[in-house]
Amino acid sequence: MDSANYLYLSALLFTIGAVGVVIRRNAIVVFMCIELMLNAANLSFVTFSRINGNLEGQVVAFFTMVVAACEVVVGLAIIVTIYRSRRSASVDDANLLKR
Amino acid sequence: MTSNLIVYLIAIPLFSSAALLLAGRKANKWGHLLGTLASASSFGVGAYLFTQMLAQPAEERAMTQKLFTWISVGSFNVDASLLLDQLSICFVLLITGVGTLIHIYSISYMSHDLDRRRFFAYLNLFIASMLLLVLGDSYLNLYVGWEGVGLASYLLIGFWNQKPTYATAAKKAFVMNRVGDLGLSLAIMIAFASMGTVSFAGIEEAAPKASTTTLTAIGIMLLIAAAGKSAQFPLQAWLGDAMAGPTPVSALIHAATMVTAGVYLITRSNFIFDAAPTAQLLVVIVGAITLLFGAVIGTAKDDIKKALAASTMSQIGYMTLAAGLGPAGYAFAIMHLLTHGFFKAGMFLGAGSVMHGMNDEVNMRKYGALRKFMPITFITFGLGYLAIIGVPPFAGFYSKDMIIETALNAGGIKGILLGSITLFGAGLTAFYMTRVMILTFTGTKRWDDDVHPHESPILMWLPMAILAIGSVVSGYLFTRGDALVHWLEPVVAAHEHGEHTYLLPPIVVSGLALTMVLIGVSIAVMMYVRRPVENVAPESVSALTKIVRQDLLQDAANEAIFMRPGQALTKTLIAVDEKVIDGAVHGVGTMAIGSGSGLRKSQTGYVRTYSALILVGAAAIVLGIWVITQ
Repeated sequence: MDSANYLYLSALLFTIGAVGVVIRRNAIVVFMCIELMLNAANLSFVTFSRINGNLEGQVVAFFTMVVAACEVVVGLAIIVTIYRSRRSASVDDANLLKR
Repeated sequence: MTSNLIVYLIAIPLFSSAALLLAGRKANKWGHLLGTLASASSFGVGAYLFTQMLAQPAEERAMTQKLFTWISVGSFNVDASLLLDQLSICFVLLITGVGTLIHIYSISYMSHDLDRRRFFAYLNLFIASMLLLVLGDSYLNLYVGWEGVGLASYLLIGFWNQKPTYATAAKKAFVMNRVGDLGLSLAIMIAFASMGTVSFAGIEEAAPKASTTTLTAIGIMLLIAAAGKSAQFPLQAWLGDAMAGPTPVSALIHAATMVTAGVYLITRSNFIFDAAPTAQLLVVIVGAITLLFGAVIGTAKDDIKKALAASTMSQIGYMTLAAGLGPAGYAFAIMHLLTHGFFKAGMFLGAGSVMHGMNDEVNMRKYGALRKFMPITFITFGLGYLAIIGVPPFAGFYSKDMIIETALNAGGIKGILLGSITLFGAGLTAFYMTRVMILTFTGTKRWDDDVHPHESPILMWLPMAILAIGSVVSGYLFTRGDALVHWLEPVVAAHEHGEHTYLLPPIVVSGLALTMVLIGVSIAVMMYVRRPVENVAPESVSALTKIVRQDLLQDAANEAIFMRPGQALTKTLIAVDEKVIDGAVHGVGTMAIGSGSGLRKSQTGYVRTYSALILVGAAAIVLGIWVITQ
């Protein structure tokens, strides 16, 4: 199978994630879209690793997973805290940091 | 010859002044005594040094004392040294002698003033500064005293500064003096730049080698300095207002001593002026203008102190004129200065005595017939009057006659012109002084009912009497055998009497001068004895009189030429500062604020907006990289 197909898939996933981040209001969904974008990137790394025949891409993919895991911990904590105080998981309600 | 005593002349009044100022109210009881004692001790030291000088042969009379090295930078050395020579000792004795008398007078005159101690502290400060001025052996040392005198004058003119007009008068005197001071500092700078030294001896040595242009520049700057301190044209306007100070101050500072500093400066700098004919000519012109200017102002003044102030201006004009006539005139300038010191101080004290008895009234139109009530003041003032108008054998006759004679013999048209001016000035002097005498002491009484004129206490009339004796005999003493001329010979280049071809024989000159005096007196008698004197100044007078009453528009001229353009310049500069400089600073700030508030609108607080912007930004960067690498 042509490796380029993996890249197309990666691009598709990334685009879905990006659009989701921009248009969705639910914080959990936005969060999942971010994960989607990260994993799309991971897929590209791994694919390039395979195309080039070395391990560097795979190593970076592991790093990304570690970062993503940390991000989930922090991000979920924030979302839960906001939900507790505002009774809402909409990102548009948390708009105090303006002007 | 060196002497360790010279410094005590200055140190005694200086320490007394410091003590009086620092001791505060505790010294109120004895402050005036300490001040008088300090001045008297200084006079004692001066008299002792004078006897020492007399014992020496003429060429070895100058004494010096080095106090400490003041400035030592590379090849530039200035010692704080004192020089007491034949010229300085004249001033030392005048300052401390007349000064002590005025201290004694002030004890009584200021006895009701709560601040008498402070007054004496300032008087002592003045004495110390003036002595430093005449004793410094370099222009830089002189400058210190020069500024000190200006300060003391400011403090004393504004002594009653609770009155705003008095405070303004003090400020006016100070500012106009500063203009002169600028001339002195520039003269010192030019001298240092061109000759590398600022001491009298050093410059005297270097002067023959210096270019005439340099010497002329120094001379003109020194003339400006002298004009400021001595109230000479065009810096004369402060003297009349300086009468705001207590009368003893007017007597000491604005008649007998401080205002003579300019004459001292010119005489001391004779080596410069003798080598710079242009500057010397300017000195003569300034002297001649001021002589007439002061005399004309004096004719229309109703305020007794201001009339005397105008007269001071005029008399110092005589001295300046004489000093500008070169070696022929220096000695006569100093002689007139000394005799003037006696009679003018005496008359000012007399004016103070009159004011004392008249509830501080200064308007002569409210006096009249005081001869009967103040006989001693009348006699002492009268002797001073006879001296100033130049009636023989009183002091002013000798000194003024010598100046007129020297002016007439200056040669050519200059001599005739100067001679006529000095003669005319003598006539004017006789007129306005006779007017003062008549208005104050004779005629009918014009004062209000609540005024009870009385003779002043002995502490006041004794100094007046001593000064009156001085104004009677000093002229004769100075001229007997040309005593003062020979005494000053080693300092100012010698002038042998009789080497000139005389335009007119001396006896004719004296006759002319006396005729002028007689005319002046007669006109005054006709105007003020024959006709009754009104107790308010008449309004229906000629335009000329009105102008003269406004001091020949000197203040208006100063305001038009310097004050208003100066204010306009200041306003322009303020506008430039506020609009351009502040505008630039504020502009930068406003720009930052503006751009900030513009960009702030992009901060919506919506996470989705931010993420969209990040996305667009990242896409733009990727696109950019792609375009560049393609």
